[in-house]
Amino acid sequence: MSSAFMSRAGALMSKLAIAASLGMVSQAATAEYALNMPVGVTEISREVYDLHMLVFYVCCVIGAVVFGAMIYSIIAHRKSKGAKAANFHHSTVVEIVWTAIPFVILMALALPAAKTLVKMENTRGAEMSIKVTGYQWKWQYEYIDEDVSFYSTLSQDSNFARQKNSGVDLESVDNYLLDVDNPLVVPTDTKIRLLLTAADVIHAWWVPDFAVKKDAIPGYINETWMQIDEPGTYRGQCAELCGRDHGFMPVVVIAKTPEEYQAWLAAQKGAESALNGAAIATEQNVALAQ
Amino acid sequence: MSHAEAHDHHHGPEPGFMRWLKTTNHKDLGALYLMFSLAMFIVGGLMSLVIRAELFTPGMQFVDPQFFNSMTTMHALFMIFGGVMPAFTGLSNYLIPIQLGAPDMALPRINNMGFWILPIAFGMLLSTLFMDGGAPAGGWTLYPPLSMQTGDAMPFLVFSIHLMGISSITGAINVIVTILNLRAPGMDLMKMPLFCWTWLITAFLLIAVMPVLAGAVTMLLTDKYFGTTFFAAAGGGDPVMFQHIFWFFGHPEVYIMILPAFGVVSQIIPTFARKTLFGYSSMVYATAAIAFLSFIVWAHHMFTVGMPVAAELFFMFATMLISVPTGVKVFNWVATMWRGSMTFETPMLFSLGFVILFTIGGFSGLMLAMTPVDFQYHDSYFVVAHFHYVLVPGAVFSLFAAVYYWLPKWTGTMYNEKLGKLHFWLSTIFINVLFFPQHFLGLAGMPRRIPDYSLQFAEFNFMSSVGAFAFFITQFIFLYNLITTCRGKWEKATDQVWEGAKGVEWEMLPSPLPYHTFEQQPDLSDYEPHPTH
Ligand code: HEM
Ligand SMILES: [Cu+2]
Ligand SMILES: [Cu+2]
Repeated sequence: MSSAFMSRAGALMSKLAIAASLGMVSQAATAEYALNMPVGVTEISREVYDLHMLVFYVCCVIGAVVFGAMIYSIIAHRKSKGAKAANFHHSTVVEIVWTAIPFVILMALALPAAKTLVKMENTRGAEMSIKVTGYQWKWQYEYIDEDVSFYSTLSQDSNFARQKNSGVDLESVDNYLLDVDNPLVVPTDTKIRLLLTAADVIHAWWVPDFAVKKDAIPGYINETWMQIDEPGTYRGQCAELCGRDHGFMPVVVIAKTPEEYQAWLAAQKGAESALNGAAIATEQNVALAQ
Repeated sequence: MSHAEAHDHHHGPEPGFMRWLKTTNHKDLGALYLMFSLAMFIVGGLMSLVIRAELFTPGMQFVDPQFFNSMTTMHALFMIFGGVMPAFTGLSNYLIPIQLGAPDMALPRINNMGFWILPIAFGMLLSTLFMDGGAPAGGWTLYPPLSMQTGDAMPFLVFSIHLMGISSITGAINVIVTILNLRAPGMDLMKMPLFCWTWLITAFLLIAVMPVLAGAVTMLLTDKYFGTTFFAAAGGGDPVMFQHIFWFFGHPEVYIMILPAFGVVSQIIPTFARKTLFGYSSMVYATAAIAFLSFIVWAHHMFTVGMPVAAELFFMFATMLISVPTGVKVFNWVATMWRGSMTFETPMLFSLGFVILFTIGGFSGLMLAMTPVDFQYHDSYFVVAHFHYVLVPGAVFSLFAAVYYWLPKWTGTMYNEKLGKLHFWLSTIFINVLFFPQHFLGLAGMPRRIPDYSLQFAEFNFMSSVGAFAFFITQFIFLYNLITTCRGKWEKATDQVWEGAKGVEWEMLPSPLPYHTFEQQPDLSDYEPHPTH
């Protein structure tokens, strides 16, 4: 415990040192993923990131003005310095101004936000669809019209390590808690529609790199979409409390180029029709994922 | 006030426990509410320490994930319904009659009942920890279908929420009737201290939304035990409908917890700036505007459930609009300090801390209001950071400020200023160590309500847990200061207590307050608490 404590404190210090030396949160983001929202790998995720930074900077400016005035006043207008209290107590002009200016700023924030929102909710023109079903505590992926479907659960290693006092060195586990047996495999540069639902309680499917978070609700089919620019492995988690193992149903998405994706899909179908066994498909999946 | 002194000897309280059980005196009940709230803060605080202990380092060390979920659920219920709300009701009891020149609260017996319901409700809620299936673990938001998986605790949970609701409503009715009927002659509404105004508006919010919560949990109960399917998709019901009903209660609820806090700091800042509150009437209108808007923004808690774009746009715009009146309040506080003659006793320090840190919570609120970005923030630690900034250095700091400010008036003894300042500085440092890193965790992708996390989140969780334990320990300074002051260990307080204090309680009443304040109402026609034009 105490050595773990010390190493944690040491790591924290170095992280803070990075943050401090870079000065600003946004810059630190490029060096340290863990300080800011990821820019992500879709057009939408980049727009969302820009909106996030925009509203963040607006808050910084307002904060600088308001806290600046307050701190100046705290320093200059203190009784111990002999300050005598003025006796103004209202000013209609000032009050109208500081109601109107925030209103204008809000408009400037709301308009681009509305534009991005409309884009995010437009699922038309999707080139393929995948049905995502949340279960306590795993995900099921069904490729619509492709006859491919499988479950995705927390990887064995993580699942073993996360048992109470397992004694496993977590550093030795690949992507502790963010790894699954069967990742979702999708093509890049393709508008993919996700249809979300759930079998028992509400879950939420979240991958920060796509700026996609949508609830999977029993009795509902929710829609969202993504179009991934870069091949890679993207990780997320269930974001809606769904019971005991809510913390242990991660989402892993592998984006492949369309050609590689087609090959993967063919292999899936081959495996399924030849052997008609989900177990084999599972192994295939793992092999391809590596 | 000679009439007050002349009578307090023959109406003194009866000794012993029966005094507290049977009391209808607003000061006794105020004290009971405040002591009860302190006890609930400690219980809820211990639960949060279980959470932060488990999250200290990655891996599961101490508890089962199900028990962890019970802790997050119970922590929130205890803090919101047992800590913050009863504390403000306690202040309303203690302060509203003396600030308005009223003899007592208008409905003293109902006042007694409203209080004594609470220990029963929370005793029942606490007992669920020992029941089959454990304490409720579906989150304080009680979303079905998950909350349907609660074990034997379910009916006790629902019934305790009913009781809390009844208690809140009795408190609210009492505030409204007292303010509207028992003001001393000459105490016009627009002369009232802001604490009375913010509580009056809060009371209307309470009456409007507590029955909605009661209805929602009743439907959960009948869904579980009587075969109805209000929220069960399989029976034609709608699980999302619960969320709409819950948040129609839930969003006004967050303002129920903050409007009285606005009232408190709006009274403390002018005292220590020795200058009239800037924009008194705009403060009143801003409070009313916030209360109105709080009814039309509820779905900003549900952007990810899949609403039509038009609805999402509406709730985004309406939510962003709330920052306008909220901003007006902050600007008014700063303008009150501007060119004042400030001193920095503990109540002022906590109020200044409130203004800065609450505003930071307001900023993250504005960020959350932007729907497309909320898809990233929602149900992540960023939201946890947001609501803790508005609730802890917000609502709870205002409670500390209020207790330090009025305690000398209540007890006749001045608390220890050095300890008070120490309490403020340590609390402020540790609250930021505790909650600031949670912004980073959320942005980096850590969901809320999880008992274990991947290694990239380790450092900030560690920091947050250190802050949590340090903040908790710091509160023993407060406890010591409070107890010793109540026992009269320190210097006697003067009647005005604070050089710049204005208002009936400071200018017309002795410290400590007599057991019965006004047997004849004072005439306040000529009394000018602040310029009204
Ligand atoms: C400027 C004013 C504010 C705005 C614009 C705002 C906005 C929001 C939004 C959009 C959310 C939902 C976030 C999400 O779940 O994705 C939220 C959550 C929350 N807010 Fe605020 N907020 C404001 C002030 C406050 C205040 C004053 C309080 C309480 C004193 C408060 C307490 C909460 C709580 C408790 C939650 C989380 C509830 C839960 O999911 O458990 N907020 N806020
Ligand atoms: Cu979940
Ligand atoms: Cu809200």
